[in-house]
Amino acid sequence: MNTSLKWIKELVPGLACTPQEYMDAMTLSGSKVEGYENMDEDLDKIVIGQVKRIEPHPDADKLVICQVDIGTETTQIVTGATNVTEGCKVPVVLDGGRVAGGHDGSRTAGGIKIKKGKLRGVESNGMMCSIEELGSTRDMFPLAPEDGLYILPEDAPVGADAVAYLGLDDTVVEYEITSNRVDCFSVLGIAREAAATFGKEFVPPVVTATGNSEDVNDYVKVTVQDPDLCSRYTARVVKNIKIAPSPEWMQRRLRAQGIRPINNLVDITNYVMEEYGQPMHAYDLDTIEGHEIIVRRAQKGETFVTLDGQERTLDDSMLMICDGKKAVGLAGIMGGENSMITDSVKTMLFEAACFDGTNIRLSSKKVGLRTDASSKFEKGLDPNNAIEAMNRACQLIEELGAGEVVGGVVDVYPKVKEGRRIPFEPEKYNRLLGTSIEPADMLSYFAKLELGYDEASNEILVPSWRQDLECDADLAEEVARFFGYDKIPTTLPSGEATAGKLTFKLRIEGVARDIAEFCGFSQGMTYSFESPKVYDKLLLPADSPLRRAVVISNPLGEDFSIMRTISLNGMLTSLATNFNRRNKNVRLYELGNIYLPKQLPVTELPEERMQFTLGMYGEGDFYTMKGVIEEFLYKVGMKCKPEYAPKSEKPFLHPGRQANVIYDGTVIGYLGEVHPTVAANYDIKERVYVAVLDMPEIVSRASFDHKYEGIAKFPAAARDISMIVPKSVLAGDIEKVFDAKGGKLLEKYELFDVYEGAQIKPGYKSLAYSLSFRAKDRNLEEADITGAMDKIIKALEAMGAELRK
Amino acid sequence: MKEKLQKIKEEAIRQIQEAADLSKLNDVRVAILGKKGELTAVLKGMKDVSPEERPLVGQMVNETRENIERILEETKAKLEAAELDARLRREVIDVTLPAKKNKVGHRHPNTIALEEVERIFTGMGYEVVEGPEIEYDYYNFEALNIPANHPAKDEQDTFYINDKIVLRTQTSPVQVREMEKGKLPIRMIAPGRVFRSDEVDATHSPSFHQIEGLVIDKNITFADLKGTLAEFARQLFGQDTKVKFRPHHFPFTEPSAEMDVTCFKCGGKGCRFCKGEGWIEILGCGMVHPRVLRMSGIDPEEYSGFAFGIGLERIALLKYEIDDMRLLYENDQRFLNQF
Repeated sequence: MNTSLKWIKELVPGLACTPQEYMDAMTLSGSKVEGYENMDEDLDKIVIGQVKRIEPHPDADKLVICQVDIGTETTQIVTGATNVTEGCKVPVVLDGGRVAGGHDGSRTAGGIKIKKGKLRGVESNGMMCSIEELGSTRDMFPLAPEDGLYILPEDAPVGADAVAYLGLDDTVVEYEITSNRVDCFSVLGIAREAAATFGKEFVPPVVTATGNSEDVNDYVKVTVQDPDLCSRYTARVVKNIKIAPSPEWMQRRLRAQGIRPINNLVDITNYVMEEYGQPMHAYDLDTIEGHEIIVRRAQKGETFVTLDGQERTLDDSMLMICDGKKAVGLAGIMGGENSMITDSVKTMLFEAACFDGTNIRLSSKKVGLRTDASSKFEKGLDPNNAIEAMNRACQLIEELGAGEVVGGVVDVYPKVKEGRRIPFEPEKYNRLLGTSIEPADMLSYFAKLELGYDEASNEILVPSWRQDLECDADLAEEVARFFGYDKIPTTLPSGEATAGKLTFKLRIEGVARDIAEFCGFSQGMTYSFESPKVYDKLLLPADSPLRRAVVISNPLGEDFSIMRTISLNGMLTSLATNFNRRNKNVRLYELGNIYLPKQLPVTELPEERMQFTLGMYGEGDFYTMKGVIEEFLYKVGMKCKPEYAPKSEKPFLHPGRQANVIYDGTVIGYLGEVHPTVAANYDIKERVYVAVLDMPEIVSRASFDHKYEGIAKFPAAARDISMIVPKSVLAGDIEKVFDAKGGKLLEKYELFDVYEGAQIKPGYKSLAYSLSFRAKDRNLEEADITGAMDKIIKALEAMGAELRK
Repeated sequence: MKEKLQKIKEEAIRQIQEAADLSKLNDVRVAILGKKGELTAVLKGMKDVSPEERPLVGQMVNETRENIERILEETKAKLEAAELDARLRREVIDVTLPAKKNKVGHRHPNTIALEEVERIFTGMGYEVVEGPEIEYDYYNFEALNIPANHPAKDEQDTFYINDKIVLRTQTSPVQVREMEKGKLPIRMIAPGRVFRSDEVDATHSPSFHQIEGLVIDKNITFADLKGTLAEFARQLFGQDTKVKFRPHHFPFTEPSAEMDVTCFKCGGKGCRFCKGEGWIEILGCGMVHPRVLRMSGIDPEEYSGFAFGIGLERIALLKYEIDDMRLLYENDQRFLNQF
């Protein structure tokens, strides 16, 4: 929403403030000003001049020498403009003045300074201007030539300020109006706020009675068949129409509002829409068959040609304006080509109606047509405003001599909208705000906003245009706005103290971050949605349950169309970005959800499972990843030894280098080297390792309870054991033997050598462990150790190990 | 005998003084005081001394021994000091050679900013909670006073799963879920991912993070809201930070406000960073709408509260002067390494 500041000042005559003061005060009272532009910021010393005499330039074919009357004197100006004629009136920038830019429409910050000088040897004391040089456009000044001076009307006063004459001495203010303040999408609404903000009187236009002695009901009959979508329909008739340009004052206002002046009828409609915020529509009454208007829902599949020449297909939720035979308008959105005003119009039907905001919004979306009118209606307008706008428009028709207004109004308004009454409870407002504002002051704020007060019933009378005011809290806000948000004290909540804390889950996630970072992994963040093509990239089979994803019905394209069921794509994509940018030794982790539907199609919320995903390439290998996992598990109190099951059946991982992580019999995650084909799918030409831990499984097992176990007092005894075993025997299998047979005395064991190669017979590998025995309460005897070792060795031999002595 | 001892002593002193280093000094010690040393030999010869003379000779021997030992110790200390001094001089390094870096990973700037916010609010007694990212339309809109067909639903460019389930467009539904639990008072913040269908560019992302805040108790006022958020701003952006509350509109709060803070680059004078305004918009807030309280089963006559919503990326971008939001989701190690 934009307004001319001059217009506001005319409606609030006492308002004397700079644009900056206006911006600051309006913003603090709730009408946020985004910014303002002084249209004459870069214009200086520009007057209306009249060209008295034109002579050719002795040394330049394309230049002429003009003697220009600038009121105080006649001065000489050389110009290259081709449209200059003797007697024409033009804007003239004098010596030392400034223009906003070039005649090609380019703007120069700070403007361009004009100095007197010589043009091809002939003195020139200023410059005659095009509209572009004045910082405006041909769009706003339709009479301006495509290339040449802007010729002012014959009655323009010579010597006067040309900037003011053209209405460029104005400031355009841009507001961000919130959706609840429908009334402020109008100049009157903003002016009312400005008056209340600055404590000045608001002087709206006085709308006088209009119309001749005829009766509009003799011209047109209106039936509203769907009052649920059209709460009010008002119509008036104007005959003997004389289309002409609108007067300068109206054109100036419209320009400042950013609206191109066209002709008196269009301009009046636009003017009233700006002023009252009420869209209006004009039909050529001679095209209205049966001189009858019927407001009804469209039929399904009905087609209609709007006045932009487009054929629209409708459905039965959309509201149409029809005559006795046909549709003539798409209600609140755009009129029909068949009834539009042309230059030959004689009699016109004026419509100011109130349509259901939601319906207009939805229809406008369905038809794919959003107009100035629909964007106003969709906010939900005040039906009481329609008649005022209608009468204002007719007043302007008469004032501008644009036609003869027929007496009377057709007004179909079955259910009159009354203003609300809200009990006046000042102590409640103070309690909510933490203030002690006097009730009388509150009432004075309300009065400025035209909220009445019924002393008898102690009620606030809310005018119908303030549809946003419904309850105490709303009134409290009005009090706060005009008392000043900045004057409300600052306190901290009193009352019962509460303990600040993170949930257990969030604390575990904190440990995950710490451990990952200690291990050199940096935190990444990736999107939750991705492309279904990801499944193919990850080599998931057609029947993989991971392909069952929650689908977004209105995605930003296929690449963002499903909610991820596996966290690897984001990780691999991020690693690929790094690889592609030649970053070496990259280690990333992410904590993010996957979304597993409970059923398809989705009828209840899917399961969201936090995944702790690690990925890396460069230095490190499978066992590096394993180290991170074990470090993490230990830190969150999961101190049992995790198992690693090599057949995890992850198609996206190297078949010989993958494992499920099993804790206490449950799979809590997996890790492995990414399958070379998958790595290639992501264009990563290095070995990539990933690990994924399913955080709900971790959280349910984690604990921060630790107990100190004491430091051993008695010495440990170490025994090394070296063996060759078939390759199929896993280190994990051997360690299970240690765990099972080592007994209480076996304190720990550690692999210190693994070897496969020339010295070992084919199909075998060599493993060497160091075992450490200790008793808590005594020095160990040789017999203690031998007993345990014998059991271990026996069991190892049973699984095919050959002990090396 | 006396002369002999005197000779031994003199000879010992000479040798000690000649000893150039600790090992030579030790040789001297052994040669004199060792098992086969000269003085030891004298002691061994005591048996040949007459019993009357023994005490005297013994004393003389001991004195000589003590003398020699003292000199030995003094010399040893001197030599040790010299040796340490030499070692230290030998071991001078070039301290400007490059550091050996521990390859520690880096936290995402969003998380750093979030942890900062969490620290401030947990310090004020707030609990950090979470809610689902895929949410019922009811919680995301209706229970927040945004009924069906409300224009705000369009404004927020919602991703729909179906007509009942959406990707949450805000963290505000967590408010409702907390209030529905019926445990009062409430002081919570709820950080999390939210989604809006904005195309990716330097200032937009279809997925970003918010931090929701909610306080419900008896006698909570707008003044409390102002005080709490002013304190938050000071802790996050510095003690000199000032705040400004501007009236605004949100369907789920009334009165509502937007909060600006003084630009932390120029301190409010106006600079390029704050586009000359001196103020930077940080968050939206307000008193919880009585209708929202009622829908969640809380009596607005008895309880009141305030709520606020902070854009996490906005904080991170401002605080770390990151000029392109896309950097936050590319995960380029060179970017992450800077945090």
